[in-house]
Order: sequence, then structure tokens, then C-alpha cells
Amino acid sequence: MKILVTAKRVIDPDMKIQVKPDGSGIELSSMSFKINPFDEIAIEEALRIREEKGGEVIVVGIGGEKTITEIRAGLAMGADRGILVNADNDADSDAVARILARIIEHEKPDLVLLGKQAVDVDDNQVAQLLAEHLDWGQACFASKVECGDGRARVHREVDGGIEVVEIDLPGIISADLRLNEPRYPKVSDVLKADRKEVREITPEDLGVDVSPKVVIKKFVEPPQRQGGRLVADVDELVRALKEAKAI
Amino acid sequence: MSGICIVAEHWKGELKRSTLNALTFGREAAEKLGVDLSLIVVGSNVSHVADQLKFYGAAKIYVIDDPQLEHYTAETWGHAVAETSKACHAKIVAMSFGTTGKDLMPRVAAKLKAGMASGILSFDGHSFTREMWAGSVIAEVEIKTEVQVVTVQGTHFVPANPVGSETPIEHLSISIPRGRTHFIETREARSDRPDPTEARFVISGGRGMGEAGNFTLLEEIADIFEGAVGATRAAVDSGWVSNDLQVGQTGKKVAPDLYIAVGLSGSIQHMAGMKNSKVIVSINKDEEAPIHGIADFGLVADLFKAVPELSQALKKELN
Ligand SMILES: Cc1cc2nc3c(=O)[nH]c(=O)nc-3n(C[C@H](O)[C@H](O)[C@H](O)COP(=O)(O)OP(=O)(O)OC[C@H]3O[C@@H](n4cnc5c(N)ncnc54)[C@H](O)[C@@H]3O)c2cc1C
Ligand SMILES: Nc1ncnc2c1ncn2[C@@H]1O[C@H](COP(=O)(O)O)[C@@H](O)[C@H]1O
Repeated sequence: MKILVTAKRVIDPDMKIQVKPDGSGIELSSMSFKINPFDEIAIEEALRIREEKGGEVIVVGIGGEKTITEIRAGLAMGADRGILVNADNDADSDAVARILARIIEHEKPDLVLLGKQAVDVDDNQVAQLLAEHLDWGQACFASKVECGDGRARVHREVDGGIEVVEIDLPGIISADLRLNEPRYPKVSDVLKADRKEVREITPEDLGVDVSPKVVIKKFVEPPQRQGGRLVADVDELVRALKEAKAI
Repeated sequence: MSGICIVAEHWKGELKRSTLNALTFGREAAEKLGVDLSLIVVGSNVSHVADQLKFYGAAKIYVIDDPQLEHYTAETWGHAVAETSKACHAKIVAMSFGTTGKDLMPRVAAKLKAGMASGILSFDGHSFTREMWAGSVIAEVEIKTEVQVVTVQGTHFVPANPVGSETPIEHLSISIPRGRTHFIETREARSDRPDPTEARFVISGGRGMGEAGNFTLLEEIADIFEGAVGATRAAVDSGWVSNDLQVGQTGKKVAPDLYIAVGLSGSIQHMAGMKNSKVIVSINKDEEAPIHGIADFGLVADLFKAVPELSQALKKELN
């Protein structure tokens, strides 16, 4: 099977995010970056399917030049080759989906695996948008994937429990947290990844207009909670809750 | 002629309460823009759901009731919602922020060539606000397209109350294309308790709970308040509770009147889902746990001692 997966470069989710004083953006200096955690899960799943069925795994990243690091991270996990779409870092989710749709028209994969959500913008949109742009089936928030003949059976994490669906292949799957535990690449695999092919293209090469449908006008810090009062025991807690009219 | 369309979320033939939060957004938006509010009900045998929406002040309820829509898929429902939105000249199409809205609405947006904002907190008639980076940042966003699609974070809109006049229902028949996604089955989580997003009381457990059976300690307190039980990713990953109880950045966002956090550390990802609760209590044996820092009342204690004590004390207090 030929599987296409995505890798977004995001600020390390463990870092403290700060808004620039003028609200025009996020402080990026001194930030470290990594591959979006959901994308690691998507790549891991693609590798497992390839290990079982054979085929090829292609990692696509869209962003500035530095996105090569996250593509290499996917290659170090074991993906075969990469595509870097050198676009402005703030291509919105729809632009990303349209870029991916064009690449998919060229590459013709049997399956496309994405993360369910980029943990920077927290959109949770690209997989669904992409499925519509391609007119393919979608199984989002996957916690289990089994590829059969021309179809994939997917367990979806939904409100109310698990929904089991089948999608025709080619199709789109987005990975949720419990799909698998991504592997750590060995040092030798990291070295090998440097020699794997990464093709660089631009949205213009693909004929995609990346002007955003959704524009961020301003960033602000959320209101901070005034917390931190400790109570000595359960009695004091109950009294405090009564005073606060919480019970 | 309509301007705002709210898509109803329903489950097992009943309207989901989160739709009422989305309705409040709809009413506010309709007023700000001086346009009509319409509701869209999609599914099979959904007349009861439509009836439940009759007294919320909408101009019209559009119903697409078709056996082919019995099982939700983004493709078929997306087609029905997009076609209806076109028919009523929607400017904003919105739905609640549950897993159905998250799965469906981007598909609708793509069909309508609309820009989309996920999980909006407010609308001033022009821009929306929404959280990014696990709620560390609030962004003011403008959707540039003529039609706009949003999902509505229920924590920021109170559930709408019924109003006087009755809304007329219009049945539309739309031919539904065969999709490429096929429903097989639902494996329902045990659900004799309210959804965490709908409850006024939520008690959540984390890794400190140690095992599935210990969640009965939390259920006992939830029962006192007819409240919900939630969990951290760590507890869900361990298989102690159902996936749909995960509270946080990538799970559910809740804002109950009282949230009790037990045996959980307070990661950024978890706090993203509960920091808007009115009153927060933390029970954690580690004084340094970040959750104590945002809690109104923190109790540094072993949960296996403190939670049963609290349960007794609350029962005594509230009886
Ligand atoms: C992409 C991504 C998305 C994520 N999304 C979410 C999300 O939506 N929601 C979420 O919750 N997490 C999410 N996480 C995980 C998050 O980063 C944390 O790992 C998780 O929230 C930690 O869960 P915890 O607090 O239960 O466990 P821990 O951090 O291990 O904390 C356990 C706490 O229990 C206390 N404890 C232990 N025993 C006792 C006892 N006997 N009595 C009292 N206290 C005790 C300890 O002192 C400790 O503070 C996400 C992570 C990633 C990477
Ligand atoms: N710039 C990007 N480059 C590669 N993949 C992306 C990019 N943006 C989003 N994605 C993919 O789409 C998923 C969902 O992102 P989003 O809808 O933006 O939250 C992510 O987990 C990625 O797999």
C-alpha cells in the first residue's frame, strides 16, 4: 500500500506560550519545536500498515524551510521519502487541505493518515476538509485501524463511546491519541533519514492559492484564574465550599 | 430568508443539550446581524427532535428526514446540511462542539467554500474569538468568506431558554448521495450519568486513581450532585474509563459550577478543558502539583483517605 502521512512543525506542547506585547503573534524566540504529537501517531500507524502489507510511506510537511526537521523526524521513524511544501508558516487549514489534495492527485496513495488536531492552532479540520476536497470517505479520531481489501475498518472515538465504520480506499483517516504508541527512532535510523529523498516544492508549483480564508487579527492572553488557596482538611474544604455557595 | 443556521445535535432520538448552547450563539448572532435564525435537523425519524426545538424563537426549522441518514456519516449529513444551508441562504452555519460537530462541520465548510473557526467563544458581529495552544492564547479571527462555518464551545454560551411563539417546520427532501464511509456499529460507553459537558458538577480522576475500580469513589460523590465523572488522558489511556470522559485540549471542554480534580497533576492539556469552571477543588498529595495553583481550594492529601471523607461530609451536609 502507498500511504501518505502529514507532519506539522509545532511549538513543543510542553513549552509556555506567550503572546507578544502588541498582540500580533506568539513569542517564538527561545521556543523549541517538534512534530505535532498526533502526526507521530499517524506516521506510526502508517509504518505498521506498511510492515504488514508492504508499500511505501510518504511524509508531507507544509511550512517554512525548518519544517524539514519534522519531515526528517518522520523519515527517522521509518518513512520512505518526504515532500516539503515551502509555504508561509501561516497557511490556514483550508490552504493546507488544498495543497494536500493536489499532492494526493499526483501521488495517488491508497490511504492518507493525518493527526486529528494540530496542537498549535487546535483546528481539528484538515482531514475532514481534505476528504471533501477529494470526495473521499473519512474516518476521523481513529483508535484502531484495520486495512482490508479496498476498505479500512476504523474505530472512532466519539461522544458516547466507539463508533466502528468502514471507509472505501483510497480514504482519509485522522489519528486520535489511543491509536498506538509511536516508536523512538534509533540513532542509526536518524542518520539513515538524512540520506532519504525530500522533494521541495511550493504552493505555486501546485497551483494552489494560499491566501487565507480565516485571518487572525489579534492574540490575547486568556484571563488568569486567581487560585492557590490551600485548605487544611476536608472539614475546612466543605466550609469553604459552603461560603463560596458552591454546594 | 435566513442568515444564521444552527445544526441540531441529537443522540438516540433526543436533542443534545449542547444544541441549546449553540442556539444562544445563534440568537445573539442573528440579533447582531439583524437576520433570521433557522435550525436544521438532519437524520432519520427525527420529528421528535424537531418538536423539541419548536419553542426557541427560530424563524424556521428545516428537517431532512431520510432513512439514508439514519447513521451519521460526514459525507451524507454534510451533503444534507450544506444543501439546506444553501436553500436558506445561510451566512453563518454553526453546530455544537461535540465529536459530531468536529467531524461534520469542516466537511460542510468545504462544500460551501466557507472558512471555518473551531470552538468559538464569542462573536461581536464581525470577528470570532477562539482558543489556541491548549487555551494558552485567545485569538480574534475574521472569516473572509461570504459563508462562514463555526463550531460553538458550549462553555461560553448558556443554554437557551424556550420562548413564546411556535416555530414552523419545513420538510425538505434532498437526494442523498451514496457515501464512501459505511457505518458498522456503535459500541456504547456505559451512560447512566450526564455527559461532562452538560453537568453542573464534574469530578475527574487522573493517574493517581490507580485502577478502574477506584473510580467508584468519584461516582459516589458525582451521585450526590447528579453530576458527571471526567478523567485525564492518563486515566483513559490506562483503560480505566471511557474515551469520551477525557477532559482537556483534545477531549471535552467543561465549565461546571463545581469541578473537583482528584489525583491528577494539572497538565496544560488537562487544564485547557476545565479552567473555566466556576469553582475548582483539587485533591492531590503533592503540594507542588500545578492543579493546586489554579484551584480555588486545594487539599494536599492522599485521595484514598480524603475522597471517602469528603463523600461522607457532603452527604451529611446536604441531607
Ligand atoms: C497531544 C496531546 C494531547 C493531550 N490531550 C490531553 C487532554 O485532552 N486531556 C488530558 O487530561 N491530558 C491530555 N494530554 C496528556 C497530558 O499531557 C498529561 O500527560 C495528562 O493530563 C496527565 O494526567 P494525570 O494528571 O492524570 O497524570 P500525572 O501527571 O501523572 O498526575 C498524577 C497526579 O496524581 C497525584 N497522585 C498520585 N497518587 C495520589 C494519591 N494517592 N492521592 C492524591 N494524589 C495522588 C500525583 O501527585 C500526580 O500529581 C495530552 C497530551 C498530548 C501529548
Ligand atoms: N502545515 C501542515 N503541514 C502538514 N500537515 C498539516 C499542517 N497543518 C495541518 N496538518 C495536518 O492536519 C492535521 C490536523 O490539523 P488541524 O486541522 O490544523 O488541527 C494535523 O495533525 C496534521 O496532520
